[in-house]
Amino acid sequence: MSDKSASAYWAANIRLITICLVIWAVASFGLGILFRPLLSGIAVGGTDLGFWFAQQGSILTFLVLIFFYAARMNKIDREFGVDEQ
Amino acid sequence: MDQFTLNLIVVGLSFALYIGIAIWARAGSTSEFYAANRGVHPVLNGMATAADWMSAASFISMAGIIAFVGYDNSTYLMGWTGGYVLLALLLAPYLRKFGRFTVPDFIGDRFYSQTARIVSVIALLVISTTYVIGQMAGAGVAFSRFLEVSSSTGLWIASAVVFCYAVLGGMKGITYTQVAQYCVLIVAYTIPAIFISLQLTGTFLPQMGLFSADASGTPLLAHLDGLLTDLGFRAYTEHHSNTLDMVLFTMALMIGTAGLPHVIIRFFTVPKVSDARASAGWALVFIALLYTVAPAVGAMARYNITTQMWPDGVTGEAVSLETIETGEQYNWMRNWQTTGLLGWEDKNGDGRIQYYNDASADMQAVAAERGWNGNELTNFNRDILVLANPEIAGLPGWVIALIAAGGLAAALSTAAGLLLAISSAVSHDLIKSVLNPGISEKGEMLAARISMAVAILIATILGLNPPGFAAQVVAIAFGLAAASLFPTIMMGIFSKTMNSAGAVAGMLVGLVVEMVYIFTYVGWFFIPGTNMLANNADNWLFGIQPASFGVVAAILNFVVAYVVLAMTKPAPAEIQDLVESIRVPRGAGVAQSH
Repeated sequence: MSDKSASAYWAANIRLITICLVIWAVASFGLGILFRPLLSGIAVGGTDLGFWFAQQGSILTFLVLIFFYAARMNKIDREFGVDEQ
Repeated sequence: MDQFTLNLIVVGLSFALYIGIAIWARAGSTSEFYAANRGVHPVLNGMATAADWMSAASFISMAGIIAFVGYDNSTYLMGWTGGYVLLALLLAPYLRKFGRFTVPDFIGDRFYSQTARIVSVIALLVISTTYVIGQMAGAGVAFSRFLEVSSSTGLWIASAVVFCYAVLGGMKGITYTQVAQYCVLIVAYTIPAIFISLQLTGTFLPQMGLFSADASGTPLLAHLDGLLTDLGFRAYTEHHSNTLDMVLFTMALMIGTAGLPHVIIRFFTVPKVSDARASAGWALVFIALLYTVAPAVGAMARYNITTQMWPDGVTGEAVSLETIETGEQYNWMRNWQTTGLLGWEDKNGDGRIQYYNDASADMQAVAAERGWNGNELTNFNRDILVLANPEIAGLPGWVIALIAAGGLAAALSTAAGLLLAISSAVSHDLIKSVLNPGISEKGEMLAARISMAVAILIATILGLNPPGFAAQVVAIAFGLAAASLFPTIMMGIFSKTMNSAGAVAGMLVGLVVEMVYIFTYVGWFFIPGTNMLANNADNWLFGIQPASFGVVAAILNFVVAYVVLAMTKPAPAEIQDLVESIRVPRGAGVAQSH
């Protein structure tokens, strides 16, 4: 693998990681804690959406994120020809 | 058949299953002892990781911690699951590609330094031992209930069982045993939750039941909020704590997860780099099954306890002493009283037990008017809540026995994983790599077992007077992992130039700062009474509790490492090439011990 494609591969990985970590932070720290007052108008079963994110939604988001990252990375691995044979 | 016999049978059967598997898959060589062979399927590895990970803290303690506080302790739910995202994205695939057995192996080789290796061994021992204290405390509670003994006797029994269990088996036995333990613990956790959700809300899934209406047609959470505020407690769904501390605490649990040696070690045992990414996802699938149920367990248990203490509603009369002492529905209170973890006292001598928040000013007025003399449910150890839950809801005997087996499975599987990490750090990373490279395989195995025994003994003695409930002690271990190992491992992968001086300085500063902060509040080396300041929000720096402070210490770790790097020579070319190579999956071979 040439240096150029190695750095392009790593840059693609870092970009994907950054996107995923932004979603990770928004679902937990954002919707679950800091922005909860903003969501207080959205009622969910006796409480609000922020409470649901703190106790359910964030966990489900994390799950989707990991499988999304794994699938995208496998694809990027193949595109750059660095996947395991 | 009485409950005691039923408990013995169910717990006995589950143990027979684990021991059978351990004998069937006995560890032969040292490499099998540490990391099994690499033939573990990602889904099975995910299940074993989930069992390894979900300890007494998750199973026995967490729902209780949430039940008595409410929304503010959602931090445990987000923190202990969000770390898997960091593991999958930032660490697992690269550590698998690197291909070694232990965390100190990675740190020692990546930073080409025996000093770095030794510092990481020390960090690992401090983290894991703290974690084991929490496990022993939880396992002690479980044993005390199902054997009907005091909590300290329960703890010594737990320590003997963990000793036999962990010292005899190795990782291979442990991986398959942990798959069995996962199955036991998840069934034990969800069955009572489903029963209770059906009882209270008529909804099958507890995750939905939590947000459904109860028999009166009011949403369960709204009803609970009403009951609690009428008794002077804080509303369950509202935010009361310091927001900064809440964010930092969640973050500390997340990055601590990604810095825990016994969790990271699991990703060394998957066949491929791509499997390491998916394994973290599978682990989280199995963890999420419990973690999405836990908040429902907590809220519903608090609801049941409150309504049992006030059978005629909070404006009516409290439950009578006679009912507690004879009523079928109140069996659980009498059972748990024998462990010393639950207690009540009729302070005003009216023959009734009033449960309310006597620290609330409003309630003091109500109490004066109604002739109450303080809260009479005087002792309620949070760690009993999950185990008592099926009894509180009046579920059948076999469900009660099952939850004891599940709690023990959770505590044992994690204790075993932690002890394995401790023993490999001492025998492999310290003795074989540094002190005595010529040690025989037999000598290495012996050293591994002796170090396990010492760790169990320390944890048991400190577990007799733990510095908090199981989940709180475990959270402290996460603060330590966040402060020391996570930043160093991350810099080892994401910075090509990070050198040994920077890594060692960063790790030392992170670890020492976090330890000093923790010991200031909970006592030096967790010895009760040696703390310099009382452990409460008024004394904490900016209201940041000891576990949360791990994030501050982690930031210091990064800053110190980069400052030292700027003043010293960057890592040599061959190390930079090594980092280059762990960043791409191709060419991942089988892990080498050295």
